[in-house]
Amino acid sequence: MRRVTLPVAYMPLVDAAPLIIAQEMGFAEDEAIALDLIAAPSWSSLRDMLGFGRVDAAHMLSPVPVAMGLGLGGMTASLAAISVLSVNGNVIGIGRPLEDKLRAQGYGFDFADARAAASALKSASSGKLVFGVPFPFSMHVELLRYWVERTALGADSIEIRTVPPPLMAEALEAGDIDAFCVGEPWGSVVVDRGLGALLLPGKAIWQGAPEKVLATRTDWAETEPDLVGRLMRAVWQSSRWLAKPESRIAAAEILSRQRYLDLPAELIDRALSGRMILSGHGEQRQCDDFLRFHGAAASFPWRSQAKWIAHRLARAHGLSADLNTAARVFRSDLYRQHMTQTDADLPGASEKLEGAIHHPTAVGSTRGRLNLLPDRFFDGAVFDPDAPE
Amino acid sequence: MQNRLTVVVVEEDRDRAIGIVDALKESGDCEVFLIAHHSALARKIAAHAPDIVLIDIDNPTRDMMEELTLASGPLDRPVAMFVSGAAGGLAQAAIEAGVSAYVVDGLAPERVKPVMDTAIARFSMVRRMRQELAETRRALEERKVIDRAKGLLMKAKGIDEDAAYALLRKTAMDQGRKVADVAEALVTAAGLLG
Repeated sequence: MRRVTLPVAYMPLVDAAPLIIAQEMGFAEDEAIALDLIAAPSWSSLRDMLGFGRVDAAHMLSPVPVAMGLGLGGMTASLAAISVLSVNGNVIGIGRPLEDKLRAQGYGFDFADARAAASALKSASSGKLVFGVPFPFSMHVELLRYWVERTALGADSIEIRTVPPPLMAEALEAGDIDAFCVGEPWGSVVVDRGLGALLLPGKAIWQGAPEKVLATRTDWAETEPDLVGRLMRAVWQSSRWLAKPESRIAAAEILSRQRYLDLPAELIDRALSGRMILSGHGEQRQCDDFLRFHGAAASFPWRSQAKWIAHRLARAHGLSADLNTAARVFRSDLYRQHMTQTDADLPGASEKLEGAIHHPTAVGSTRGRLNLLPDRFFDGAVFDPDAPE
Repeated sequence: MQNRLTVVVVEEDRDRAIGIVDALKESGDCEVFLIAHHSALARKIAAHAPDIVLIDIDNPTRDMMEELTLASGPLDRPVAMFVSGAAGGLAQAAIEAGVSAYVVDGLAPERVKPVMDTAIARFSMVRRMRQELAETRRALEERKVIDRAKGLLMKAKGIDEDAAYALLRKTAMDQGRKVADVAEALVTAAGLLG
């Protein structure tokens, strides 16, 4: 096999690990590819690099390709999500003024109960709360909206503004935002700078949220089947390695390097281990599956998840979306085609009821040993991809 | 008679900003506003109701622009990132020059072109200068590492400077690597062993 170099863009975040590790630990080499990893300065630049062909693949917010399919955002191109890179991994946090009020109320910072957190926030705030998020099309926005709509806070209680993650702490300090939803390690950076506290992990709102996807241009995905397969398998092996507890320290060390995240390994380890430090008061909470890369079909691009995203985006932006068209952005077909050469256990179906799994559940699969993990929404709602409410 | 175009330039670096704004003003019939600080960027831009927004492609605050692509009210004018279409290779040239442009919905391409041409020329110049600066810095760094590696070899092997450099160069050629990379590896290894 001829060795091929693939330019791949990523944002410096903990959940870029599957791509970084694939290159650093030799999983890309095993597939005779080299990943030329390019750190993007912003999500819009990353999207443009992929759209204009500067890179062949990218670490992308899962709603971006879906939004582009709906014609939303500053650029149009047909992108494909060929696999899911990570499940969950965001945090919701608040600035010092709100933190102080919550403490005065006796709030326990359990980092788990989405309803209780919303009620506490409601009684601590008078006007609209301004939340910073990394990008208008992101799981961050979708989780925030879903949470406020269905709790004491209410849909009109917040205003959402875009703030690049590395500037989140600065925006809190300047008083531009009251709170935020961001991917790690940027929430922990806020904590370590003494500017606020973490309130909830993303999984407290939806336990099965696809966070980042591996995206390519649709035409590339279809005309370069060999490369797509090699890339997909390299990333899958990398995710498998990442899921092993004994890999954690090495993974945190590699990610912390100057050319990747350029932040202390200890800070990065929090998201990998789920041992989150919530505030300058030192509260520590263990949050299992805070960020998941592998196992239980974590990387399978469920079409029902693309439909959930499209359904939410269409509602928020007043569009009428054809969910079946939107769902085709998540290429479960390509995933099946290319992953059969591995020992990945592929689910029999490409859609599921989202939010219906409350306990680890065995489902029909190619190897017959696939257990799906709980994917509950905090309010117990179930999203039926064939009949969205 | 068409109205003058309103152009907003987002740029933190004062000198660069002045250069870009002046060039645009000279080039044609447009009103130019500068936003230097990224705090509440989207609202500041919206307040000018610009026809065109220019921002460095590497500026992380570009993501704040994305909000402007979503018209939130009936009077809002959504902007879209400037992509080729009628204007041909201009978008590609803009990307290569390191400028991203957002253009208001419905603005005729021939009105965008003069502004883009100027912006592209200006940003290319800045980018070239930055690259040259980075090159110079890297060359300096490499020289320092090579000097240290030479020093290590001279001490360890009791050879003179020319011989030390010749040894580094030969090793680099044998291994198909750069002299600076071999020097770097040697310095790192010496650091570990020492």
